[in-house]
Amino acid sequence: MTLIDIATSSGATGEGTAYLDAATGQVRVRPGAITTADIGTLAGAAVGALGLVWLVYERIMPWSGALGFWLCWYVMFLVFYWGIARTQWEARHVREKLAAAMFTGAGVFVLVVLVDLIAYVGWRGEKAIGHGNFLTTDMQKTGPLDGLNSGGILHAMIGSLEQLGLATLFAVPLGIAAAVFMSEIGGRLARPVRTVVTAMTALPSIVAGLFVLGSVILTLGYDRSGFAASLALTVMMMPIVTRAAEVVIRIVPNTLREASYALGGSQWRTVWNVVLPTARSGLTTAVLLGMARAVGETSPVLLTAGFSSGKNSNPFSGQQVSLPLYVWNYVRYPQENMKIRAFGGALVLMAIVMILFVAARMAGGRRPGELSRRRRRQMARDRVRIAATHPARPQAPAVTPAPTAAAIIHPEPEPAS
Amino acid sequence: MTEIEEHGGVATASAADAPTEQLPPVPPGPGSAAGPDGDGAVGRLSSLETRDLSAWFGDHKVLERVSLTMAPGEVTALIGPSGCGKSTYLRILNRMHEMVKSAQLAGQVLLDGADIYSPGRRPADIRARVGMVFQRPNPFPAMSIYDNVVSGLKLAGIRANKARRDELVETSLTQAGLWIEVRNRLRAPGGALSGGQQQRLCIARSLAVEPDVLLMDEPCSALDPTSTRRVEETIADLRGRLTIVIVTHNMQQAARVSQSCAFFLATHDTPGRIVEAGPTRQLFEDPQDERTSDYVNGRFG
Repeated sequence: MTLIDIATSSGATGEGTAYLDAATGQVRVRPGAITTADIGTLAGAAVGALGLVWLVYERIMPWSGALGFWLCWYVMFLVFYWGIARTQWEARHVREKLAAAMFTGAGVFVLVVLVDLIAYVGWRGEKAIGHGNFLTTDMQKTGPLDGLNSGGILHAMIGSLEQLGLATLFAVPLGIAAAVFMSEIGGRLARPVRTVVTAMTALPSIVAGLFVLGSVILTLGYDRSGFAASLALTVMMMPIVTRAAEVVIRIVPNTLREASYALGGSQWRTVWNVVLPTARSGLTTAVLLGMARAVGETSPVLLTAGFSSGKNSNPFSGQQVSLPLYVWNYVRYPQENMKIRAFGGALVLMAIVMILFVAARMAGGRRPGELSRRRRRQMARDRVRIAATHPARPQAPAVTPAPTAAAIIHPEPEPAS
Repeated sequence: MTEIEEHGGVATASAADAPTEQLPPVPPGPGSAAGPDGDGAVGRLSSLETRDLSAWFGDHKVLERVSLTMAPGEVTALIGPSGCGKSTYLRILNRMHEMVKSAQLAGQVLLDGADIYSPGRRPADIRARVGMVFQRPNPFPAMSIYDNVVSGLKLAGIRANKARRDELVETSLTQAGLWIEVRNRLRAPGGALSGGQQQRLCIARSLAVEPDVLLMDEPCSALDPTSTRRVEETIADLRGRLTIVIVTHNMQQAARVSQSCAFFLATHDTPGRIVEAGPTRQLFEDPQDERTSDYVNGRFG
């Protein structure tokens, strides 16, 4: 396989590679391939810009700072890239390349920020996670000066999972019911409901906390607890689940609803058996969005759950800490070990979110076309059953003899009768 | 309208002999309720009749005093150009018309002599007796082939044990001409089938609730010729077992599958009405109305 750069042969565009296919003797061209000229231009611009910016920063101007350095580098890179590309390709083609470079740059920037964030938390928290006691003990007997081999986040993990579980239990049925109301039943009330729900998605989380504090704790006299926190989280979750669920229920084709009604289905059965199962994958996403919002909330939990340094597995009685609250509390300590514990808590929080997402995707995210394991087992049973009853059992009555496989593939012309 | 009438005078001269050359043989015996094949006739067959049926969407009148009898066990084809109200008419026959908020109607629809719009009759009960197959195949994507076929039971709230469901799946799919093709992958999703197979799955799904009447709204317009042939064979098989009403744009199809035929026509300022109705053979070979003759010979529409 000899690689021939066709940039030279095909002139101005500089796109694609070609090579001689030894087996057939044909020259195979990949018009979309990245050529050495593409890579050379990119690398040249990057290195050239780096050199110039380094010179300016380190030798000529009294500037310093990584952020400014890389910002200047990116701008210079784009200028260099344009300049180098312009010497080889025509203007329109260069504009396209430049736009692609800018968008790729934006994407890479977002990725770098995200990876940096996770890496920083991981780097700071890693020292805490390294100790086995971190995941298995609480902070009951641990003081600020104790080493990392004492204390942990077990109580906060329990609190987070219980509060999130309860909030999901409350918010998901409510949210999906509201979405079904807006999209399937509708009527005059649907508009105000939608407006209120939309407004609630932008509700500052501290207000949700204050609402539960005022109504449940101060007015009804209920103690601060995991349950009260889960109510505040429900207020945060429900509008998000509702809005997202409404969107995915709306995109269920109307022809499916018609088909269900035409079979004698009532509206309730149509929603339950046709609309919701068809939208299942999207509904999973809706639930995930809500859970992602709720699991990281600190301020409503701060007002409603209280704080405890010991383990409290009962969400209905006694104060209960959750992971965000744990992080918020310990990161303010001056002692380095406490800060490390807080970052360890943040790392575990991220891990829990990821595990939840993966689990939910596996449970509900299957595309409508894919077969579940249960379906495959049923299919195997069907084969056995059909093999047992056929061909001993005659085909159901038909005017024409039952078509054979061959007849289906090559139907013979027959007189219409 | 005026254009059609101008051409009409010229058209009739050749209309009398034109259809006979291109039409395949039309089955005899419209009016004999039992149908030609006695073996398939199970139970009683239902008749469907409309009397002075008019329909509106808001203030727009789309049907004007349509009276038509669809004989039991026969295939009745509704033909006519787009926008002539034949689909609306079909949807009135199983109370799907009222799914549109602004829909209104006047007149009577008699299923075995009883008005399906009389107060106290539930739309869901009517729809379970008068099934419908739509223009585009619409199997439920979240369900397997098997579940699609028995979905009518679930939706209508009918309980059936496993053996009964298995039997129903097999008979329905066999009637729809799909059993052989799918019997080894009944748990595969309905959406994985080809377009023609999906449409036959939809027919099987409608048959599984054991309706008395089956309405088909251009069931082949989204299918390729081979699939169309298979669906037409299915319709031919079903003839004599239940009453079928089919809307079609394809006149050859109407001639092939139906015993009776009704020609609908609307113009921009008059609502749709039946120009001519009768035995299919008569409508195609010896139409009484010039407009029918023009339409079935492809001179407009």
